[in-house]
Amino acid sequence: MKALGDLVHWLTDPANWQGSHGIPVRLLEHIELSAISVIVALLIALPIALYLGHTGRWGFIAINVANVGRALPSLALLAFGLVIAISLGLGLGFWPTVFMLVPLAIPPIVTNAYVAIREVDRDIVDAARGMGLSEGQILRSIELPLGLPIILSGIRTAAVNVVATATLGALVAGGALGRFIVDGLALQEYDQLMAGALLVALLAVATEVSFAALERATVPAGMRVVR
Amino acid sequence: MKRGRTLFAALVAIAVVASACGGAGSGGSTGGAAATASPVTRPDVIVGSTNFYEQITLGELYSQILEANGYKVTRRFNLGNREIVEPALESGQIDLDAEYLATLLAFLDKDGKIAKPTTDPKETQTGLQKVLDPKALTVLDYAQATDQNGFVVTKDTATSKNLKKLSDLVPVAPTMVLGGPPECPTRPFCALGLKNVYGITFKDFKPLDSGGPLTITALEGKQIDVGLLFTSDPSIVAKNFVLLDDDKHLQLADNIAPVVRNALLQKDDGTLKRLLNSISAKLSQAELNDMNKQVAVDKADSKVVAAAWLKKQGLIK
Repeated sequence: MKALGDLVHWLTDPANWQGSHGIPVRLLEHIELSAISVIVALLIALPIALYLGHTGRWGFIAINVANVGRALPSLALLAFGLVIAISLGLGLGFWPTVFMLVPLAIPPIVTNAYVAIREVDRDIVDAARGMGLSEGQILRSIELPLGLPIILSGIRTAAVNVVATATLGALVAGGALGRFIVDGLALQEYDQLMAGALLVALLAVATEVSFAALERATVPAGMRVVR
Repeated sequence: MKRGRTLFAALVAIAVVASACGGAGSGGSTGGAAATASPVTRPDVIVGSTNFYEQITLGELYSQILEANGYKVTRRFNLGNREIVEPALESGQIDLDAEYLATLLAFLDKDGKIAKPTTDPKETQTGLQKVLDPKALTVLDYAQATDQNGFVVTKDTATSKNLKKLSDLVPVAPTMVLGGPPECPTRPFCALGLKNVYGITFKDFKPLDSGGPLTITALEGKQIDVGLLFTSDPSIVAKNFVLLDDDKHLQLADNIAPVVRNALLQKDDGTLKRLLNSISAKLSQAELNDMNKQVAVDKADSKVVAAAWLKKQGLIK
């Protein structure tokens, strides 16, 4: 109970809501870091997955390569990212963390987008082709809208993973909410540590909920389940 | 076996001649002096060390100067941390090792009942000796060199802002970022001490690591202006950092000094003490850091580095 009191006290202390080390700044850093990592992952993963899904070729390889990506430990990727960032002169903190998060975000995006496009009813695609739509048009106006909810659910999984894992960035002198956890441990200030963990968890849940709402909103009108 | 060794040592001693007569006046030049009649028995010495490069180099310095003066030295280096080496010294498994005044005092007298380490090396040494007395150990002269918290800046920063000592930071610190371990802002030997003792307040603090690769990289990449490293960190020499002098004595006196068993000193004629003190007299921070850099960064053999240094200082031939 005392721990809970300490936690509430830490979270309500105005000093922790101010300055370059305060909660708002750390929260924004966390969102920025996560958003950029997911966007970079999307730029890499989506074109590949959509192409493979549309042509139906190499799918086995794409999914397996992406799954190997899942098996890489984030801590190892972080160390790797740190070495790359330093050799490129990008410094500590932000970029090493992005280098860790991008490979983490790619697998769920690739897998879901590939499956989303593959699972679109072949009859519809054939009909579209019969009506004279080009391959690009088929992808844009048939496969993509129909597959969008599944594609988005892949992005949601990636985003939630990224938000939770961005915490590790504090180990390489990054900002973000992980700072509270790493510093709390170093200082043996467990209220700070718990507050950091709680804030990360809340942000992950908020990410999950917003993407779920987005998914619902993007289901084509004709496919919606009427309640 | 034991007798044989003593005999051998005596023979060696007769052959090379002792410093008791030869070197009493002119320190150091004892090696190959002409034989005199008086045979001196040199006790066998076991030199120990803990498990990092600086300790092994110091162990080599002590061993080689003794060997050059006719002692038979056994090296027991890399034994482990202080928790292992200190009891080994007390129990006679080793005869001497290199220690750090304030850290050893705090280690042996945890609650500070007998003496507490201070920022003054002389005072800390006196306090340490009080704690060592019941253990039949003696701390010899300390060196200027330390291994303690130090604040460093890059060569560029030092030149452009004209920084040599910590007090020089007072006017410029409000535009600078300090980097160090996350606990630094609340620790009396880190940012808190800089504020209380020097009146230095930085623009911001960046949490990094305890004198590790993050701090060094951040300094090089100019993500921080001032970094906390250990004063004998080899990267200070390797990366051309400038260690700011602790001119108001914020840090506890962790000067390097040999600690020797009284039993060994009693068997000796005072030469051993004089030889080890002659090392401490010459061991400045810059000299130690240079040796640390050669061993830790350039991967030179600590034996070779120690021998070269002793020769350069004129302590051995």
